[in-house]
Amino acid sequence: MHKLLVSAHKELLLLTRDLGGLAVLFLMPLLLVITITIIQDNTFKIIQENKIPVLLVDLDKGDVSNQVKQSLKDSNLFEIVPEQQESIAQDLVQKGAYQLAIILPKDLTKDLNLKIRQNVTGILAKFGVEEESTPINSSPISQKEIRLYFDPAAQQAFKSSVRNNVDKMIAQIESQSIYQAFQEELGEDPTEPLFDTKSFISFKEIIPNTHKKETIPNSTQHNIPAWTLFAIFFIILPLSINMVNEKNQGTFVRLRTLPVKYATVLGGKTLVFLTVSLIQFVLMLLVGIYLFPTLGLPKLDVSGRIPLLMLVALFAGLAAVGLGLLLGTIAKSQEQSAPFGATFVVILAAIGGVWVPVFAMPPFMQTISKLSPMNWGLNAFYDVFLRNVGFKEIVPELALLLLFFIATTVIAILYNERKNAV
Amino acid sequence: MIQIDQLSKKYKDAAHFSVSDLDLKIGEGEIFGLLGPNGAGKTTLISMLCGLIKPTSGNFSIHGLNFSSHKNQLKHLIGIVPQEYALYPNLTAYENLNYFGSMYGLKGNDLKETILSHLKILGLHEFADKKVKAFSGGMKRRVNLIAGMLHQPKVLFLDEPTVGVDVQSKTVIIEFLRTLNKAGTTIIYTSHHLNEAEQFCTTVGIIDHGELVCMGTPQELIQKEEDITDLEGVFLSLTGKALRDHA
Repeated sequence: MHKLLVSAHKELLLLTRDLGGLAVLFLMPLLLVITITIIQDNTFKIIQENKIPVLLVDLDKGDVSNQVKQSLKDSNLFEIVPEQQESIAQDLVQKGAYQLAIILPKDLTKDLNLKIRQNVTGILAKFGVEEESTPINSSPISQKEIRLYFDPAAQQAFKSSVRNNVDKMIAQIESQSIYQAFQEELGEDPTEPLFDTKSFISFKEIIPNTHKKETIPNSTQHNIPAWTLFAIFFIILPLSINMVNEKNQGTFVRLRTLPVKYATVLGGKTLVFLTVSLIQFVLMLLVGIYLFPTLGLPKLDVSGRIPLLMLVALFAGLAAVGLGLLLGTIAKSQEQSAPFGATFVVILAAIGGVWVPVFAMPPFMQTISKLSPMNWGLNAFYDVFLRNVGFKEIVPELALLLLFFIATTVIAILYNERKNAV
Repeated sequence: MIQIDQLSKKYKDAAHFSVSDLDLKIGEGEIFGLLGPNGAGKTTLISMLCGLIKPTSGNFSIHGLNFSSHKNQLKHLIGIVPQEYALYPNLTAYENLNYFGSMYGLKGNDLKETILSHLKILGLHEFADKKVKAFSGGMKRRVNLIAGMLHQPKVLFLDEPTVGVDVQSKTVIIEFLRTLNKAGTTIIYTSHHLNEAEQFCTTVGIIDHGELVCMGTPQELIQKEEDITDLEGVFLSLTGKALRDHA
């Protein structure tokens, strides 16, 4: 025990004397989580509050185009910028001056009305409602196309969102026109409301909750756990570099001649770097609780969850330290450990669902994702942060993280014994 | 006593044995100088005796403890002063020594007093709380030396302990080692400073191509060779003047 504590003390001294390393350990993750949350929160606000300027080329100049303009205004998502020519609009979008241009084709209103009247008249005739056949031009009407020009740099998610909104808007206009055509064909006064044209089916977003406590997910509740976990796992970099330095300085050779077990040496490192990961986590929580509101970001809600959160951070920290010990044992130089460590953490984060939710991944990657310790940690954090579960529900994830730590540490010890067997 | 029997080492992919069927006896209380040109096998032999590398064949014992069956006990008996400064640059001299001493199981005031007294003997007590990275080569060598002998080993292995240091540091180190030896520590030492070895060692063994070429007191070896008046002459006579560059 004495050797373990002295080893831990030595690690602590080495860590506290490396100010650059300490800054990387504590400040960079904070900077990361603040930056990501501000960006994500602002993106959310841009969509919610700040309108996206959209070029609108109105070649129709009829009722439909007026309704489209009104719907765009009502959506509160877009600010309409009129443009006369499609080619200019296309050019401006191509250059990135606008994210989107909407082109309403010529005769859209006329042809839509004509098409609907054809259909309505046909239906009413089948029912024998049409007493006098109104001469309707039965020649085929070509399909109309509303063209959307997107900035090539526009994100897929943005494109999908716009397409869905425009699609919904057009469907609404079409259905209103159909109701209106029926009313006219039935000889009713079109100004008198005969049909209720509002959507009959609506939806309500409900967040399932347990213990009668609802947590509203926001960018902070999502980002703090994800990026904290990312930061915790980045500890493998300084840890593995610390071990590689011992090899380069010759102290590792001296350690091998001393009557001390490799497990004790690793134990000292584990104690210190685990403490570092917990301090990182506490700092992240403090930032989320106290700093974020001053930056106009949503406050992190940790009420009643701190013990479980610390438990998840502890086990995630153990998994990260185990990985660092293994990497530090195997790597022979910083040129090996640093790039590999950094890239590996990014890969673990990617497959763990830090950036893209696991459900959105291809089936093969979803399976791979289940092997990432970051995925186990992230699930445990989300369970506590967003799903309000109790200790029992996070035991499987904690067990996996602990097993990962044990497995990586045992492999490191066995590798060292095999490599340095005498 | 150190008894080495038919000890050999051949590194993976190497064409030749670095140490080949070496037999050697080093008596208790000796200052044994292990001399030889670059690549002769000195460091390999010491590394095997310190338990850092595994012999390809053969065996050895130190103070009656066989290497193959008493590896852990042997670690308490021996001390190692490697050629490179095996110290943490960001720790002070005291912190380095406290750490390595603790790994030998030393603790408390005994350890503290041992560290401070050795730092004083080697002229470093004023620098006990300075980081090692700020030390000169000679100062680092002296801390390196203390780190290897804090636990008062029966046998102390030193791989070129005076390389790259000034005359003052060298004198202090040699005097310190003499004192240790008088107190009963057997010293096994490698060096390229043949004059130093001639003055310092009670017995000298010259190895070349992994084999022991000769062994005896410096005076015995000098007397054996005609028209040679010092150990350097003996060394060149036995190992030749050809350069031993290798990569």
